[in-house]
Amino acid sequence: MNETIRELLGRVGGLPVPVADIADEADLYAAGLSSFASVQVMLAIEEAFDIEFPDNLLNRKSFASIKAIEETVAQIIKSREAA
Amino acid sequence: MDMQTSFLDRLFDAGLLIDTGVDGLYGRSGQFEDVIAAFERLIDKVGGGDGAEAMRFPPGMNRDFFEQSGYMKSFPQLAGTVHSFCGGELDHMSLLKCMEVGEEDWTKDQKATDIVLTPAACYPLYPTVARRGKISAKGALYDLQSYCFRHEPSKDPARQQLFRMREYVCMGTEQHVTEFRQSWMDRGVEMMKAVGLDVTIDVANDPFFGRAGKMMVNNQRDQNLKFELLIPITSASNPTACMSFNYHQDSFGTKWGLNLEDGSVAHTACVGFGLERIALALFHTHGLDVKEWPEHVRNTLWG
Repeated sequence: MNETIRELLGRVGGLPVPVADIADEADLYAAGLSSFASVQVMLAIEEAFDIEFPDNLLNRKSFASIKAIEETVAQIIKSREAA
Repeated sequence: MDMQTSFLDRLFDAGLLIDTGVDGLYGRSGQFEDVIAAFERLIDKVGGGDGAEAMRFPPGMNRDFFEQSGYMKSFPQLAGTVHSFCGGELDHMSLLKCMEVGEEDWTKDQKATDIVLTPAACYPLYPTVARRGKISAKGALYDLQSYCFRHEPSKDPARQQLFRMREYVCMGTEQHVTEFRQSWMDRGVEMMKAVGLDVTIDVANDPFFGRAGKMMVNNQRDQNLKFELLIPITSASNPTACMSFNYHQDSFGTKWGLNLEDGSVAHTACVGFGLERIALALFHTHGLDVKEWPEHVRNTLWG
């Protein structure tokens, strides 16, 4: 999952630095992720993982770092399996 | 909706607004305009000492600037573009025939011009200031007013498609522009109190489009980037935003290349007055006959 997220970030994140240089815990907004780009990342992740972010997870916190994105996606997949 | 329709009908009956046959597109009477002019003088009185540079742009803006602004990413549903006939004589003949027959849409061959209707009074400002070079370390302040267009037809007289927005826009450091915004939130409440209007201030969001917009909304609210001053007009439970106080962080600074003398990216903030909405709030609160308005309100506006 980490690899897919990194690939999507590199493609639509519009970051000024290579994604490979960003640590999993690093603050993506500080690295240059704009509000609009975070939306693009969200849409790309929904498509790649065939999931839909619920409204309560559509916020800055869910996209604050690669680790946060992984955890959010895992949470959505888990709650879907439980349903 | 009935409440809204009836307030609109009362405004038509009193001649304050003039029906054009299109929802949200109205003429204004001299009396209505006099209230707006008086309120703008009050704005001048409160904000005039700040030394803002005044600029007035027409209600259309350069399409290139509009495209660069990213407005279509966030609010495609609200934008209005200006299209014109650009054909030759033969095209003109078929155009007239098309209009006469009335079966086809005669506007389908109209071509986009270089002009887009201004969506907010400050949109033409940012590229204008960027062209001038670096912004003083002390910051910069601008005074704007323009008719603005938003495509949202409605019978609510407080939601018009063409309306005037008076704005102050501040550029500088984060601290400078957030202090500017806070000072106008305090001033706004005082001004409305002085004209007898009952207001509340609340965190707000712009009407971002679609599901992606939902995330923009959450981000904007989480970060307290937008506040609105609300006044009951057509509904007590859902009061109308008559002023807004917006902190853009460095997003416009980055987008337009607005830099301070020390090379850092400028932060920006704007405070907007919805002039028609304020006039409507006054008419709704104090009655449709300004001669009957409370004396202290009349003194504040015309004293």
